[in-house]
Amino acid sequence: MSSYRIHVTDALIIGAGLAGERTAIELAARGLEAVILSLVPPRRSHSTAAQGGLQAALGNCAQGRGDSPDVHFKDTVKGADWGCDQNVVRLFVNTAPAAVRQTARWGVPWSRITAGKRRMPDLSVVEESEASAGLITAKKFAGTTKWRTCYAAEGTGHALQYALDGMVLSLGVTVHDRIEAIALIHDGRRCLGAVARCLRTGDLRAYLARATVIATGGCGRIYGLSTNSVINEGTGLFLALDTGLACLGNMEAVQFHPKTMPPTWIPVSEGGGGYILDRNLDYFMPYYQPKNKKVPYRDVIARHMQERIRAGLGVDGPHGPHLWLDIRHLGATHIERHLQNLAVFCRDFGGIDPVRELIPVRPAQHYVMGGVRTNIDGAVYGLEGLFAVGEAACWDLHGFNRLGGNSLAETIVAGMVVGRKVAEFALGHSLQYSSRLVGEHLAAQEYRLRSLIAGKNGCENCYELKKRMQRIMMEYVGIFRTGTGLRKAMAELQELHQRAQQVRLVSNSRGANPELEAALRLPGMVRLALCITCGALARTESRGSHYREDFPNRDDINWLNRTLAYWPPGAELPVLKYEPVTITELPPGERTASA
Amino acid sequence: MGRRLTFDIFRYNPSVPGSTPRIQTFQLEETPGMNLFVALTRLREEQDPSLKFDFVCRMALCGSCGMLINGRPRLACKTFTRDLPAQINLFPLPVFKLLGDLSVDTGTWFRNLALKTGAWLHTSRAFEHDAREERMDNETALRIYEAERCIECGCCLAACAKVHLQKEFIGAAGINRLVRFMLDPRDERGVAQYFEVLGSENGIYGCMGLMGCEDNCPKDLPLQLQLAYIRRRLAATGVSRSQTRQGKG
Ligand SMILES: Cc1cc2nc3c(=O)[nH]c(=O)nc-3n(C[C@H](O)[C@H](O)[C@H](O)COP(=O)(O)OP(=O)(O)OC[C@H]3O[C@@H](n4cnc5c(N)ncnc54)[C@H](O)[C@@H]3O)c2cc1C
Ligand code: SF4
Ligand code: SF4
Repeated sequence: MSSYRIHVTDALIIGAGLAGERTAIELAARGLEAVILSLVPPRRSHSTAAQGGLQAALGNCAQGRGDSPDVHFKDTVKGADWGCDQNVVRLFVNTAPAAVRQTARWGVPWSRITAGKRRMPDLSVVEESEASAGLITAKKFAGTTKWRTCYAAEGTGHALQYALDGMVLSLGVTVHDRIEAIALIHDGRRCLGAVARCLRTGDLRAYLARATVIATGGCGRIYGLSTNSVINEGTGLFLALDTGLACLGNMEAVQFHPKTMPPTWIPVSEGGGGYILDRNLDYFMPYYQPKNKKVPYRDVIARHMQERIRAGLGVDGPHGPHLWLDIRHLGATHIERHLQNLAVFCRDFGGIDPVRELIPVRPAQHYVMGGVRTNIDGAVYGLEGLFAVGEAACWDLHGFNRLGGNSLAETIVAGMVVGRKVAEFALGHSLQYSSRLVGEHLAAQEYRLRSLIAGKNGCENCYELKKRMQRIMMEYVGIFRTGTGLRKAMAELQELHQRAQQVRLVSNSRGANPELEAALRLPGMVRLALCITCGALARTESRGSHYREDFPNRDDINWLNRTLAYWPPGAELPVLKYEPVTITELPPGERTASA
Repeated sequence: MGRRLTFDIFRYNPSVPGSTPRIQTFQLEETPGMNLFVALTRLREEQDPSLKFDFVCRMALCGSCGMLINGRPRLACKTFTRDLPAQINLFPLPVFKLLGDLSVDTGTWFRNLALKTGAWLHTSRAFEHDAREERMDNETALRIYEAERCIECGCCLAACAKVHLQKEFIGAAGINRLVRFMLDPRDERGVAQYFEVLGSENGIYGCMGLMGCEDNCPKDLPLQLQLAYIRRRLAATGVSRSQTRQGKG
């Protein structure tokens, strides 16, 4: 064991996206020493790619007047199709305004209100008063009653990440980038840190901490088509799952972005001002029109689009069937001024001029509502000293459908709230470990690595298996699900799970080696795929993004609950348990999209 | 049928003892809309799984994939193969530490830069939880954002002759990052403090005005404008270059 580097700290934070860095700031501000690990330099985390904005009921702008945490609460719970924890939603909506204002203090250049009249694309006129000039402004997002989405020009995630990373630097928080946590260290009761592998050199090391935080983001890349960054492979989720003690909540709740552009499935959002057309250039979604102010929930739009494609009315493209997004009627001026991101994406990644041409689009995986199950303090079920925040966590703000803009807000709110709880835990508990225990954990990982490198496991190709998993998930565990399809997926994934442990590397270098990294992650990713699939198969209802064609209605009598997926050591399938969903203020009702 | 593309790619893995730099040639059939993210991913998955390169967001927002593409610093994710000849040469960005093949350590470079220059908002004021935010006019917010939006990809540095000659020169990206804070009324640093960082050969006086930076910025940042802004601001303070030299000894 002496040959390994051991780092000891108060709190270990796995993940340097917004959630991880915001948590670290809270800890550092409370005088604790924190170490952050990240696959990539913090500023390259997936969070920087979130451009849209975040929801906080500041109620500053004209179209946001009358907004309040109460209204935000209702929107969030309805959006979630009542699958969320209402205590968490309440905490979230109440904290979000302060969390946003605090980031203004840290330098985020939030877009501000300018007094005067403005003409909108639908020709309506919005007038802002002198009294509100200079306050943080907001825009409209689907599923919100008021204009509540705060933004920093065209790059909200970027601006937030750079501001938080600046604070991390100024507070002297240690960041180890290009380090991947590959297993948690625990004694069956308490989490003591993690075994990590250096992606520069391939060396193993251990981090020991009083408290450990999983802030590793989503797992979109389990699906073949995803808007997520390529590093969003859900490592943190299976790190927790593989302890056999922690569990994952609502993994079957997966959100699809309706409009993503081939060949790399970048989301193109035009804010509801466009038309969606099929191969006959038919406007098949009459309600999805610029004149109609009711923009339906994302899951509803995605289903309509997918249905059209399935009916053979998609356009045959070189990257599979797609539909068209038409925004030409909005005019060059509007597009260049208000839809800059979209125009840039179309040109840079689609080779398309949206002013003159139709944009090919189709739905792709976008967000996972599920994650490592925690309580309202971010404390992970089943393992003391382990916490989770951000997209990797399921404290259950989003239920079965996340509202756009609620996840960036979640990262900074959870970082603030959970950070405080982590600090309390770390202050109240000393770090006690035996070097034998740490040695055993290191040895187990060393063994895994050595067997892979030695090629003793079998002769499967890592990338082929991964693609197969991604195809299965798209085909059977995507937007539309049926019992038959899900059973098929389950059987195939189970077989893949076996084969994923029989990978032989084509390359042979031991140091930094992308194939080795992929092979190490693969079995865990297949386990996540199985958790999603089994959860979806068991849930014989439709709720939010989880849509069962054979059970198209929401079933509050049997399914107003949360799925908890456990993976006992050596098991071939997850064990599913359920717990009730907390309803405090808003009883289940009809889920209509807001105006 | 697409073109047959030939890739000559720099290979070297410093973490493997005995590895020596070489060029490896790959062939790949071009597909519609192919960019270098698609192409490199396919090369790794189908031809050589040990090939190292860095992609994260694949939409020109994270700044990971800068490399020399036929000799020019570019983001691989936003380079269409159809804009390139059938012969494509890929080399890692110079200036930065090589991690392997096309992967370089821009992250560490920019982190050191941020630490060296204090690239975060300096404020002594505590946050009041229940107070409304301070006002700022939107023009100012947009001006800050215009400098803020640099993604630290390093293309401008790789293109700057001066950075190659003088390792400590903070380059256009470093200067632009400080402009971002100078433009921000919330930052409490005075010009004199900025001058300590900027008013030297490693700061603004290191720049030879060759424009390599702006011409190669994949985000079209107005770098020359920002460099000129700094020159004006420093000149306006009346602190001359020779004075600081004396002052600093
Ligand atoms: C294209 C796109 C646009 C979006 N736009 C919006 C939007 O406008 N508004 C909104 O609210 N939401 C948006 N979202 C969702 C939002 O971006 C994410 O939910 C959010 O950024 C997640 O933040 P995070 O901190 O939890 O995780 P991430 O930002 O993904 O960070 C995860 C961190 O964990 C690290 N990591 C992962 N695994 C390991 C490991 N094993 N060891 C060490 N480190 C590890 C990574 O390096 C990274 O630093 C968007 C999502 C996508 C895909
Ligand atoms: S103008 Fe020339 S010398 Fe100055 S930073 Fe840009 S490339 Fe370098
Ligand atoms: S200024 Fe442009 S080229 Fe330079 S690092 Fe920033 S984004 Fe990259």
